[in-house]
Amino acid sequence: MKRTLLVVIALGLLLVPLLHLAFPPGHVLHLSEFYVGLLGKFLCFAICALALDLIWGFGGILSLGHGLFFALGGYGMGMYLMRQIGRDGQYQADLPDFMVFLNWKTLPWHWAASDSLVAQLFLALAVPGLIAAVFGWFAFRSRIQGVYFSIITQALTVAAMLLFFRNETGFGGNNGFTDFKRIAGLSITSPGMKVALCMASAAALIACYLIARWLTQSRWGRILQAIRDAEGRVRFLGYDPVAFKLSAYVISALMCALAGILYVPQVGIINPGEMSPAASIEMAIWAAVGGRGTLLGPVLGAFFVNGTKSVFTAWWPEGWLYVLGALFIAVTLFLPAGLMGLAKRFKR
Amino acid sequence: MLRLLLISLALLWGPAWALSPETAARIAAGEGDDRVAALQQAVAAGDASLAPFLRALQDGRVRLKGGQAIVVAEGQAVPADTEEPMLNNRMRREIEAALAGLDLLSPDRATRAKALATLRDDADASKLPLFERALASEPDAQLRSQLSALVAGAKLSSTDPGQRRAAATELAASADPATRALLLERMVGETDPGAKAAMQLAIDAIGSRLAWGERAQLLFSGLSLGSVLLLVALGLAITYGLMGVINMAHGELLMVGAYATYCVQQAFRAWAPGAFDYYLWLALPASFIAAALVGAAMERTVIRWLYGRPLETLLATWGISLVLMQAVRSLFGAQNVAVENPGWLSGGWALLPNLTLPYNRLAILAFAALVLVGMALLLGKTRLGLMVRGVTQNRRMAACVGVNTARVDTMAFALGSGIAGLAGCALSQIGNVGPDLGQSYIVDAFMVVVLGGVGQLAGTVYAGLGLGVLSKLLEGWQGAVLAKIALLMLLVLVIQKKPQGLFALKGRVLD
Repeated sequence: MKRTLLVVIALGLLLVPLLHLAFPPGHVLHLSEFYVGLLGKFLCFAICALALDLIWGFGGILSLGHGLFFALGGYGMGMYLMRQIGRDGQYQADLPDFMVFLNWKTLPWHWAASDSLVAQLFLALAVPGLIAAVFGWFAFRSRIQGVYFSIITQALTVAAMLLFFRNETGFGGNNGFTDFKRIAGLSITSPGMKVALCMASAAALIACYLIARWLTQSRWGRILQAIRDAEGRVRFLGYDPVAFKLSAYVISALMCALAGILYVPQVGIINPGEMSPAASIEMAIWAAVGGRGTLLGPVLGAFFVNGTKSVFTAWWPEGWLYVLGALFIAVTLFLPAGLMGLAKRFKR
Repeated sequence: MLRLLLISLALLWGPAWALSPETAARIAAGEGDDRVAALQQAVAAGDASLAPFLRALQDGRVRLKGGQAIVVAEGQAVPADTEEPMLNNRMRREIEAALAGLDLLSPDRATRAKALATLRDDADASKLPLFERALASEPDAQLRSQLSALVAGAKLSSTDPGQRRAAATELAASADPATRALLLERMVGETDPGAKAAMQLAIDAIGSRLAWGERAQLLFSGLSLGSVLLLVALGLAITYGLMGVINMAHGELLMVGAYATYCVQQAFRAWAPGAFDYYLWLALPASFIAAALVGAAMERTVIRWLYGRPLETLLATWGISLVLMQAVRSLFGAQNVAVENPGWLSGGWALLPNLTLPYNRLAILAFAALVLVGMALLLGKTRLGLMVRGVTQNRRMAACVGVNTARVDTMAFALGSGIAGLAGCALSQIGNVGPDLGQSYIVDAFMVVVLGGVGQLAGTVYAGLGLGVLSKLLEGWQGAVLAKIALLMLLVLVIQKKPQGLFALKGRVLD
């Protein structure tokens, strides 16, 4: 049942480029550029939900700061995209527009690798990974658990957001990065590029899913789940929970950063708003709605919540926060196992 | 001497026109430098009839006819065969300064104080005789000290280095930031080494005097912020500290309290404008009750089912906060609403020239102390407090001895929420009231409670006041944003070392 569902989803994704590129606009089967972009966005969100589920659903660690890793990946990619604008910006200068506006003459040191796609991609993954490793090591070593961990991860992302809002940190301040033109010399707005990015997101999601499935079914995954259920007992059995929690946290941060990398070129903007506590908590609700502790659930949850959001923001914008708030309450009260739990109950 | 003679002649010459016609004509027309000089001479003479003439000149009621200045009475038609005198910007400025100088001699204290404030920025040597005359006749001690500073300032622009040095020495006794700014400005252009050294000495002397005011100001703003944080955190100390409920909607309960205050204010404005100054006395209970009702509803419908599942509580209360925020947006609009201070809370208490304590901040300090004492009494001395403590310490045992624990939970949560409402009412007096009000305080509030430790009030007090003072100190040193980041990092470090808070009760717990 599950396998057939996966195959159907994978085949459906393969149809996207065909429907967008092969049929002309106006044809019944044509998939418009808007929907390709939306799908790409949702796929990135699904990666985030999966990443969060890996540590929350399987490790019992609720991070409310995953927006930080997502945004750091996005900023890493954004730096490269800003350099790719070249002299096509408003000021026709070598430096990105916001630096010209701030009257800077040279690139700041942390932009050193921004001309190379490979180096910048490496940084966009390595920096969030490293931050997660250092922060997680300190946190888990001091046995910070449960709500306390949630609160300090939230404090971390708020601190980073305040830092990125500043102009002098060199990340474009309030406005962040936008007005991207091309990737590796190719136009970022061409239909081919849109489809390619969407497919890359799909491939990344499938890869993350497979990695997560392999991890959770391994010995490592079983111990992680044991830690979730009774950390003290696992420690008394001779395991070191820090290593397991830390590795899960870093892998999860890397997945989120990957999602950010793919998200930014498709959406065309990255700003410090992605690091707001609200953005990170929303990720948690994607996982919770889909069903924690399952791997398919968070993916479905991300699609379901964001799909509803798209419908509401178009149809009744004021109503969306009511719906989101009600989702938070209803899922925690009535659907602790999320949509997947509902499906299971329904089947039985 | 000749000038005095002329003026005394002019005084004799006509009661309605006491200014000599020559001086009037010289002020009204001619070369710019001559006109300014004539004006300054007239001001120095301090003639009472100069002011009406200058006002007429400003209003365009002075006309020129054959080299003579004629004043047209207010409301009368302008004679056809006359010319209008030229008034360029320099002349206008001089006239304004001259009028202010003349106001120094006015019998009305408020007029003199206003004139002093106007003249502070351009006190030059030409007005020195006038200042000295005003000083001699000034009855008010406060104004006299300001005037003598002004005289010294004017002397600073004298051409004689000896007089400049004397003036600088005289100014060293002042404690006014404006005097220091003046000295700093003049020192740049000073050529005489003696005068320069005297000015430096004076600047240092004023600086050390001002430093105390600045330190007191910093301490006060720190305590003020601390009292705000304390108020915000006191409610949380019950719901989180005692009951262990992570209430992410706590900020929105503040918002409910602030909007309740707004509603009461609007009601007073509409139905009892005469009693507007007393609206806060009704707003306080109203904000308490509004927030307590919302809190009780939250506890009965949602939080009750989630005791012992803190992560779920966190998410559900976040959902509640979204709904509350959107509800306020739908009801009152997304814009901030205006909450006015009642008359007795606006203004401040000027302790030093550079230290003013605003009444609304002082009131909040006192209010925070009152709420704290009230809460301590309620928890420590009443039956409800006894039951709350009993239930939080050992729920099953309390139930066994007949305490209705579900009811106590609701009451305690409503109490914590009501205190949040009171904090919201207080916040409405010092800041903006809008749908986002709660969001800006929630992280700080959790920080206070977490730092202060769970389960007791004293820690919350230390943490609230300490964080307030510390953040203001850091702000003065590194700016607001970096201060905030530093404090967030401090929170992370503290949780690392003491997950139960800095002032936690000792105990051993393991799952």
